[in-house]
Amino acid sequence: MIIEDWGPIEYPLADDRQKKYVQSVIAGAEDHLILCEHPAVLTLGRMTKPESLLYSRAEIEARGVDIREVDRGGDVTLHAPGQLVVYPIFNLYNGPRDLKMYMVKLEQVAVDLLRDFGILAISIPGKRGVFVGTDKIISIGVGVRKWVTYHGLGINVNTDLSLFDLIKPCGLNVRMTSMQKLKGQAVPLGDVKAKVVEQFRKHFL
Amino acid sequence: MTKIILPELGEGITKAVIACWHVKIGDDLQEGQDVCEAVTDKASFVIEAPAKGKLKSIIIAEGREGQVGQALGTIE
Repeated sequence: MIIEDWGPIEYPLADDRQKKYVQSVIAGAEDHLILCEHPAVLTLGRMTKPESLLYSRAEIEARGVDIREVDRGGDVTLHAPGQLVVYPIFNLYNGPRDLKMYMVKLEQVAVDLLRDFGILAISIPGKRGVFVGTDKIISIGVGVRKWVTYHGLGINVNTDLSLFDLIKPCGLNVRMTSMQKLKGQAVPLGDVKAKVVEQFRKHFL
Repeated sequence: MTKIILPELGEGITKAVIACWHVKIGDDLQEGQDVCEAVTDKASFVIEAPAKGKLKSIIIAEGREGQVGQALGTIE
């Protein structure tokens, strides 16, 4: 597994780069685990309902949040500084070709990661993401092409949670939380990155 | 005529919702082009055109559920 930290990167650039990596993993390259952060951006999937945006585009852009239509299913997603985005680009073709098993492992990574920071989180059957009580802390959105995975986790480490007031996350009425909010102080992103890598190695190697 | 089949997606997975079609009836398709996305167990699986040709029919519309092994549409 090759680990790459892209640091802060514009969403469209990361998206293009991710697609290229997916093609190279399909062609036989080693699995990649990408870590990065995006400037504030709403990505609108093809099934975004108009009511998922709670303000006009002009008002949202005035808050410094970019809006991008993206070529995927699903509703609206927010990325912003302080949110650690993890893109596992893994080839499941030679392993068990099993989406359910992959999702369970990904959710387990998320739950174990938070436990490393003293946060008790759960996954809820039928709901995407990982929750603390009823608040979502980690968003999960996974795509698979020719059994190679892309997209992944949005871990709200020190995310400005007021930005989520702009939308209904994933089209749902769900409140978001962050590690910072739960711990009462900012959590060093480097510490979370190190634990993310550790948990992926534990669950996927 | 070639069927676009909902593939095996994992143990115990018998069906998936077609979240969206990226193409419409009459479109010219290249083999390997994205045609639709099937969502199951919270993951989205991209289904590609199994052959070159025109999209002749959509059997499972957006938002509807398809069974594994079932034809979602046809190419001619």
